[in-house]
Amino acid sequence: MSAPLSVGFIPLVDAAPLVIAHEIGFAEEEGLALDLRPAASWATLRDMVSLGQVEAAHMLAPVPVAMALGLGGSGIRLDVLQVLSVNGNAIGVSTTLAEQMRAAGHPFDFFDATAAGQALMAAKPEGLRIGVPFPFSGHAELLYHWLGALGFAAPQALSVHTVPPPLMAEALAAGEVDAFCVGAPWGTLAVESGVGELLLPGTAIRRFSPEKVLAVRHDWAEAEPELTGRLMRAIWRANRWLGQGQNLTTASEILARKPYLDTPAELIERALSGRLIVTQKGEMRTVPRYVTFFEGAATFPWRSSGALIADRIAARTGLDRPAARAEGARVFRSDLYRQHLARTTADMPGASERIEGALSEDTPVASPSGRLTLPADSFFDGFIFDPSGEE
Amino acid sequence: MSDKLSIIVVEADRERALLIVDSLREAGDFDVAVISEVTGLSRRISEKNPDVVLVDVTSPSRDMLEELTLASGPMDRPVALFVDRDDNGLTRAAIEAGVSAYVVDGLRPDRIKPIMDAAIARFHMFSQMRAELMATRQALEERKIIDRAKGLLMKAKGLDEDAAYALLRKAAMDQGVKLADVAQSLVTAAGLLA
Repeated sequence: MSAPLSVGFIPLVDAAPLVIAHEIGFAEEEGLALDLRPAASWATLRDMVSLGQVEAAHMLAPVPVAMALGLGGSGIRLDVLQVLSVNGNAIGVSTTLAEQMRAAGHPFDFFDATAAGQALMAAKPEGLRIGVPFPFSGHAELLYHWLGALGFAAPQALSVHTVPPPLMAEALAAGEVDAFCVGAPWGTLAVESGVGELLLPGTAIRRFSPEKVLAVRHDWAEAEPELTGRLMRAIWRANRWLGQGQNLTTASEILARKPYLDTPAELIERALSGRLIVTQKGEMRTVPRYVTFFEGAATFPWRSSGALIADRIAARTGLDRPAARAEGARVFRSDLYRQHLARTTADMPGASERIEGALSEDTPVASPSGRLTLPADSFFDGFIFDPSGEE
Repeated sequence: MSDKLSIIVVEADRERALLIVDSLREAGDFDVAVISEVTGLSRRISEKNPDVVLVDVTSPSRDMLEELTLASGPMDRPVALFVDRDDNGLTRAAIEAGVSAYVVDGLRPDRIKPIMDAAIARFHMFSQMRAELMATRQALEERKIIDRAKGLLMKAKGLDEDAAYALLRKAAMDQGVKLADVAQSLVTAAGLLA
């Protein structure tokens, strides 16, 4: 008899590990009957998991960290068990702004974050309004970092608005925002509906950025170690399956179905394989590692990732940064990852913290199997974050 | 300044919004306004600066309100989510009913309880009606597909209506799938062959 376990998700391409764990049978193999429950907004999903309506949830990496800092939510502590996906966002601008930038000579090469940022700031030096899916999101973090590094005194000079992804194209058309940062396939939909063009993939700002995580209530993980382990192994195997290129077509077909994305499989497959349509003329760009599920210990919840997110949020909101870093690091449970995935072939990095942004190319690192290579994770401006550092 | 509690209901469906407004009026003397368009939601709410915002939990626009509650200095205006953090029963009922209140300004908890009670009751009633309507619609759709499949079989195999239906039902039972699914496959296949 399988143990029932309810898991909340937002119908997005990066909910794939949860859907695959259920549909391909990894959950069943672990004796779990997953009850996948779609939610319409991140706030709802956060509250569902906080109040015990679901045991686990697909979540934006910064949400549990923000909650630990007392920002948003009901003050219940959540744990990040593992990372579900890395990267996956794209930045786009309104057609008006794109025309202005093109007239000023910006080539829209889709890879140079410095040039794109400068062109954007030149086109709209004041009052730039950018839409993101949630106040605490990888999207917002990317934008603040990008425009901050280029001299925008974020967040003062920049106004970042929350716009739910399905309404992004509408908000752009209505002139509520000038630009956006959003996950697949919503950026492409804005392009296809004729209201915008894509400017950069998220990877142009940071090459390997944890995007969605699997979160549970801290007290649940403590009380149910057995179930926690089974869930983690099932999801990890789903991530491994998704990391194999030959499975992407099948994954797209499954995700396209009604209870999940209810979107054409072709669109999903394009996102999974990193092929983005950037203009209305149908110009396509291929982005390496546009969404990554497995490669390079992608699922490992680095404590330093939590610390970095907490540090950035604290810097913006005026909280005590060293205290925030410690809180953020506590949320990412690399200890549980090591404990519960020990019986699998999961490659464990030797350390649980690292200097974030330090790798400018793929680098082999110490691990029990000796075969682990960490992907380049550098920021476009060379920023690095030392979790034990002073700054 | 009026000492009436001001409430904004975010609801796109006009009928539903009106009923919620009525039920709130029954529950107490409140100043109620409705926002039906999601575009620029947070701007509109900022302009009105209400005491309470009532929004369907299952609405994607809920994330926009999150931003609003965090707007002015995160620590002076925490997300006082739902009715009252201590009243877990009501919070749970609210989330199950699909309604949440966002306190976007100072508010006395004793004033909000009747509002929430009324709103929850209305949302419950509506979600039940919506579910029934959906079930009816789906049954109708299935009926249509089955009729089309029957027609195809009658034509292709020269069967009468009862025999065509029996054949469909047998195929469904043999394969352990729903009759409507067999009919759908048949209709799809016929479309491809046509």
